[in-house]
Amino acid sequence: MPCLNENYDVCIVGAGHAGCEAALACARLGLDTIVFTVSVESIALMPCNPNIGGSSKGHLVREVDALGGQMGINIDKTFIQSKMLNVSKGPAVHSLRAQADKAEYSRNMRITLENTEHLTLRQAEVTELIVEDGTAKGVKTFSGAAYYSKAVVLCTGTYLKARCLYGDVVNYTGPNGLQSANSLSQSLRENGIEIFRFKTGTPARIDKRSIDFTKMQEQKGDERVVPFSFTTNSEDIQIEQVSCWLTYTNKETHEIIKENLDRSPLYSGMIEGTGPRYCPSIEDKVVKFADKERHQVFIEPEGLYTNEMYVGGMSSSLPEDVQYRMYRSVPGLENAKIVRNAYAIEYDCINPRQLYPTLEFKKVKGLFSGGQFNGSSGYEEAAAQGIIAGINAAMMVLGKEPLVPDRSESYIGVLIDDLVTKENHEPYRMMTSRAEYRLLLRQDNADLRLSKKGYHIGLISKERYEWVVKKEKLIAQEVERIEHVKIGANAAVQKLLTECGSAPLKTGTTLAELIRRPELQYEDLAELDPQRPELAEDVIEQVNIHVKYDGYIKRQLKQVKEFKKLENKKLPENFDYNQIKSLRIEAKQKLNLYQPVNVGQASRISGVSPADISVLLIYFRGK
Amino acid sequence: MQEDTIAAIATAMTNSGIGIVRISGEESFAIIDKIYKSKGGKKKLSQEPSHTIHYGYICDGDKVIDEVMVAIMRSPKSYTMEDTVEINCHGGTLVMKRILETVVHYGARPAQPGEFTKRAFLNGRIDLSQAESVIDIINAKNDFALESSVHQLRGNVKEKVKSLRHRIIHEIAFIESALDDPEHISIDGYGEELDNKVTDICDEIEFLLSVSENGELLKEGIRTVIVGKPNAGKSSLMNVLIGRERAIVTDTPGTTRDVLEEQINLDGITLNIADTAGIRKTEDMIEKIGVEKAKDYLIQADLIIYVVDASASLDRNDKEILELLQGHKVLVLLNKTDLLQVISEEDFRNVLSERGLYLPIVSISAKEETGIKELKNVIQNMFFKGEVTCNDQMCITNVRQKADLQSALDSLFLVKKSIENQMPEDFYSIDLMNAYEALGSIIGESVGEDLVNEIFSKFCMGK
Repeated sequence: MPCLNENYDVCIVGAGHAGCEAALACARLGLDTIVFTVSVESIALMPCNPNIGGSSKGHLVREVDALGGQMGINIDKTFIQSKMLNVSKGPAVHSLRAQADKAEYSRNMRITLENTEHLTLRQAEVTELIVEDGTAKGVKTFSGAAYYSKAVVLCTGTYLKARCLYGDVVNYTGPNGLQSANSLSQSLRENGIEIFRFKTGTPARIDKRSIDFTKMQEQKGDERVVPFSFTTNSEDIQIEQVSCWLTYTNKETHEIIKENLDRSPLYSGMIEGTGPRYCPSIEDKVVKFADKERHQVFIEPEGLYTNEMYVGGMSSSLPEDVQYRMYRSVPGLENAKIVRNAYAIEYDCINPRQLYPTLEFKKVKGLFSGGQFNGSSGYEEAAAQGIIAGINAAMMVLGKEPLVPDRSESYIGVLIDDLVTKENHEPYRMMTSRAEYRLLLRQDNADLRLSKKGYHIGLISKERYEWVVKKEKLIAQEVERIEHVKIGANAAVQKLLTECGSAPLKTGTTLAELIRRPELQYEDLAELDPQRPELAEDVIEQVNIHVKYDGYIKRQLKQVKEFKKLENKKLPENFDYNQIKSLRIEAKQKLNLYQPVNVGQASRISGVSPADISVLLIYFRGK
Repeated sequence: MQEDTIAAIATAMTNSGIGIVRISGEESFAIIDKIYKSKGGKKKLSQEPSHTIHYGYICDGDKVIDEVMVAIMRSPKSYTMEDTVEINCHGGTLVMKRILETVVHYGARPAQPGEFTKRAFLNGRIDLSQAESVIDIINAKNDFALESSVHQLRGNVKEKVKSLRHRIIHEIAFIESALDDPEHISIDGYGEELDNKVTDICDEIEFLLSVSENGELLKEGIRTVIVGKPNAGKSSLMNVLIGRERAIVTDTPGTTRDVLEEQINLDGITLNIADTAGIRKTEDMIEKIGVEKAKDYLIQADLIIYVVDASASLDRNDKEILELLQGHKVLVLLNKTDLLQVISEEDFRNVLSERGLYLPIVSISAKEETGIKELKNVIQNMFFKGEVTCNDQMCITNVRQKADLQSALDSLFLVKKSIENQMPEDFYSIDLMNAYEALGSIIGESVGEDLVNEIFSKFCMGK
């Protein structure tokens, strides 16, 4: 039977947060790109929490932006509340989080996709991967149409063989009742790809009119909103913000849950998939942390033009009737009307060990993947992998060097390295504690860390690149200058210090030394520094951080230097480690399985000891 | 390319002759300048030409540790092709250890087993065709070091280090969970509480460091194994030597099935003495394991005491044991001289010489406690003549473990300093983690996913 047959440079499967970034990256690099979605209405859908960012996730958004991605720009256009988290902590853990107007977020991303040159949008379920000689050649859709391409990027999210559950109710759909994709998993298996089954969940949405907010604490946004994107002018986004609300579960709630645990598919054994420990359902929290008398519940708006409110902290897969009783036991929700039930969702994803750090499959050339399909969770983690998978698919098509940011350069690097190197038994969530060089990987310096790379790839404009280069220079000059500004213990100085709540000087010092006092900032000391040049706010921020945390930053830089030594020692592709007699058996097995790209990656595989690393160094020095 | 500076004792740890402490790496000259004093007190070895040797003293501050000759070799003309300093000191385990500790104190890192060879190779000094054998040397040394560093740690020390690590990771997990989920978990005002906890941990590490000075961290001493066929009287001997009933003694052959270990002191010489199951062919599963274990101990021993039942003729079990003795330092005891003697010293000397063995023989009666003094004299003689020595790696291991303890302590002091300077809480976890890692290397454990696991299991996070 004759079927539709088309040619593209790159096929992107899925238009969620990963698919959108991958598609935009490829199209913006001039490649003829087609992106498939089961529903055009669900582009960049936020089927769970209504926010972007948060601890460490905010870092990822900034990094995606510094590489020329869309997520930061899109949330800056569509947020309805914004907060910088952890402001009382060190700069490394400051993290931006915004509440999104979900519908607007999705609509704006759709507008961006629809208006990007070289980008074709197609509503169709991809059912089959076309592979010839171990190389991806395109995809087929449900109708039988074939789309040939030079690279394929899989960003199927939670749609593969998805089913949603609460109580004994099972819906064979993707999130939000959307059509699931039931054929592609089989096609992947036939190409030797190992499939995992993971699980996650979401709480109910409740009608705003049925909530008594007087029993809750109001949670307002920051007075001064900081944008996500380095390209957004902060003056443009000082909007009127919407509040979130805080309430708590109580003993009654916990009793209701405990009494009905046997009716939860999580506990009855109906759910096979592995769920995340960090985002437990309320029934998990009640069981695992039985000594806690209450848990926080955040009531968050889903948008400006809807009455639906997200019940943060109470995701569940208990039956409908129990959900009603459970939610209504919470102060302020006594008369709650549920718009959408809470549910758990199970889906197929891959064992990400099968990927190179470029996010290309080891077994299938030209096949890349990103997002929840790779065993991660979260919109931001998805977007971060999406842009890398997209960039590297494009680099392959263009015959250029791939982009592999390492652990010392970015959270994206940590995320991908963890996924492809460590054993993942649950959906992976980013956390600042996973980044060993956290102090260097701040959200405030993502542009300095990554925009040059973004420029060389072709996703960052020359103008933006030149500003980053200039910014670097200004920071270095100013840091150097203030190390040499002498401050005497004179009356004017002592007066200013006293005013700032800082101890007076006993003897002369430098401006830099004063800034190192926790209570003093660069800007507080302007009076003492008549030679101070006029600098942009973001330059001043960097100078302040560099001077204040100088000692710690230098120590981390030293560690990075050590780290880079092993990262720079490449290992061959498809090597048979059984050849190296002196490796321990477990190391041989693991190295054969993982095929690490460098000795650094090898050293992070569990079961490979420092002695094995010595063996690798010696063996490959000898080759 | 390898930039840190390593040090180790390059010669066997004996109590006689000359010992060499070797330093290799960029900082070698800087370190030797800090601890070497020439006779006139003016000479700086970093200013002296390569491949020269210098007379002087190694000092820690004003304290003179030893009179030495120091050879200096500049990169690339040295074994490792790095700047290298070799301190030739008077032999003697204590002196060598003190010098190594001083070198480490002034900036070197105790070398990993085989690390000099590894560097020599990676820097191109050793021919590429030798790669395999280099790997084997390093592996062998590593296995040995692993065995001696973790297994010879005293049980209570290991437990202590484990519990300290556990307390540290718990604090890190608390900080990190609050940073990752600031709206659910608050750490306001936590600094003071942490300061108290860290102070306690520091005290305990300082205690460990102080006992390590007395060699209490490791079961140091001459590894001595008592072997013999069943019912030769090994356990009786053990009890006599330690001066109390430790081993169960019966007339039934095969009573001792596991290995009993004790430490005894013979006028200043420490023996780590192990009583083993009698070696014989047996079908009893448990006894069989005991016999295998005895053979393992025998292989690793510094000194073997072979107990022969002088009241019975030699059998095939004795013959098997005699095979195992080849290449070891052995002392033969003819026991049960209180009974009718079937074998005399003369007879046994002949048995030994047939096999090319020439070993000291002492006749005793463990039961009547005769001949014990002579036995002690023989062991002391063997030690002072340098025929029996402590396990080479032990002192080095101890230095390495002390360095790890010290580095954990230094990291914890940095935590306290961060608290004192009112740094934000996320800075605490950097140095807490370093302390956790340093303690981990003492007991042979790495970090892995410990932190993430601790966060998820102990703190309720999430939306």
